[in-house]
Amino acid sequence: MGLLRDDETYISMYQPMLSLSGLGRSFGSTRAVDAVTLDIGTGEFVGVIGRSGAGKSTLLRLINRLIDPTEGKITFGTTDVTALRGRDLRQWRRDCAMIFQQFNLVDRLDVLTNVLVGRLAAHGFLTSMTMKFSDAERTLAIEALDRLDLVSQALQRAGTLSGGQQQRVAIARALVQKPRIMLADEPIASLDPGNATRVMDALRSINRDDGLTVLVNLHTLDTARAYCHRIIAMRDGRVFFDGTPLQLTDDVVRDIYGSEGLTEFNEAVTSTAARPVVIPIRGTA
Amino acid sequence: MTKTTTLSPIAAFERDFARSRARARSTWALGTLLFLALFLLTAWLGDFFKVAQVTLPDGSRDWRWIIPVGLPKLGDYIEKTIPLLRWESLGADLAEWFWRWRTWLWLLLETVLIAFAATALGVVGGFLVSFPAARNLAPNRWALWLSRRYLEIARTVPDIVWALIFVFCFSVGPLAGVLAIGLHATGALGKLYSEVNENIDMRPLDGVKAAGGTWFDQIRYGVVPQVLPNIISYTLLRFEINVRASSIIGYVGAGGLGQEFRTAMSLQEYTDLSALFVIILVTVMVIDYASEKLRHRVIGVEARP
Repeated sequence: MGLLRDDETYISMYQPMLSLSGLGRSFGSTRAVDAVTLDIGTGEFVGVIGRSGAGKSTLLRLINRLIDPTEGKITFGTTDVTALRGRDLRQWRRDCAMIFQQFNLVDRLDVLTNVLVGRLAAHGFLTSMTMKFSDAERTLAIEALDRLDLVSQALQRAGTLSGGQQQRVAIARALVQKPRIMLADEPIASLDPGNATRVMDALRSINRDDGLTVLVNLHTLDTARAYCHRIIAMRDGRVFFDGTPLQLTDDVVRDIYGSEGLTEFNEAVTSTAARPVVIPIRGTA
Repeated sequence: MTKTTTLSPIAAFERDFARSRARARSTWALGTLLFLALFLLTAWLGDFFKVAQVTLPDGSRDWRWIIPVGLPKLGDYIEKTIPLLRWESLGADLAEWFWRWRTWLWLLLETVLIAFAATALGVVGGFLVSFPAARNLAPNRWALWLSRRYLEIARTVPDIVWALIFVFCFSVGPLAGVLAIGLHATGALGKLYSEVNENIDMRPLDGVKAAGGTWFDQIRYGVVPQVLPNIISYTLLRFEINVRASSIIGYVGAGGLGQEFRTAMSLQEYTDLSALFVIILVTVMVIDYASEKLRHRVIGVEARP
């Protein structure tokens, strides 16, 4: 758990592993991510919240280097991630597995091959083009699928699976990468409550049992509160709040989401948890 | 202008809607006018309205529009190519019509084989180049520019011109035809394939990339499975087109039935022309039918989950 100092900076008890310093990314004149400085420790379960367009996705894509920063630096241990090129960059992406809101599987390939895509970073040109994987790799993939309760679907086309199953295939693909950190970009935003719970539980198990650092973008506050040790809130590309779930008070939440006109902010409205909810409707008067 | 600020949302919508309707109507009217003007201009340039001095049936000469004068000649030409077929001696008449059937059958086989080999060449070339030639997949601007220009040159030059060049290089024979049609098909297929590539879902590529895959891995795993049904469909369609092309390419000495067309025309053997026409018509119909069945099967198989 973190502690709060007088200047309200979050202090992690974890060994720092991933450091972002002054990280920024502009798209045209828009500053999607602006001067983000963070230390993420080994084994932390970090939730990133904030309203749409706050820069959550961009932040994760920057860390995985799917997009390049316009300024700032990412370091992992002693490695300068921002300086990586070519093969080293691909090895970093393998170490830093990522799952997506829309799963990003290849619909027309079977589940097993989709999981084996996680092994491609270790492959040469020919074995990759011919989709030739070793028995050891297949074993690894089947074990990952078994862990996520999907072995019986291994030979089905990924596109025929339900959203929740597809997201678990994506997690299996991430697991066979043998990553050191797991990024998840809105992993449950397209899922129903039951599947959302299974996916979040899988991420929790990866964090607890494998000791992997998990950094997850979430749009539901109660999920963030239930699963994360630490919550980072972003607003207009900047880190707006960084602390424990307990420190995330209603006042802070209202500022994060900038809920103009909403006098009462109800967390349960956006919840994906299975419980009855009363939705306040804006008065017509 | 100050009044508009007080409009209710619905009144504002009605005003905007009326405006956009009026704009759409005037755009349509302008487009139609422009199209008509262009059509008339091209028709005029194409001698549709040409008046020339022609010989009339009574022997006198006069100025006439060439279209009404020329149309009856089409009938005369077709009449000349119709062979004499009598019911009582049908077998013998048919045998005389198709008197060179051994040669023609052999050349027909050559024609289909030229089309097949050329399609194979076109698929390999077009497939490989279609990835750098797709705007969303090109690794850099140079690769995009180079591959697009290559495909453009390959398909802009007609296959009959490529055939002339290759006949000059490799002498008369089917090799020149295969290369000519293959090169033209590379350009045409590469363009079609690259357009298929541009319409794919890019998310699987992100998935492969995020797992540490190279550009080639992204293509192999993210793109190829998505575009395969379309590629098969376009390839079969191209095979039909190539059969038509290879049946005429022999006209310049590049193998296949085309050389017989040339001989028949220069010797004014009009019934030979109709015989060759029947052979090609039947072949193309059979291949069209078979490939359409095959294509629908491919699409049908794909439609199932």
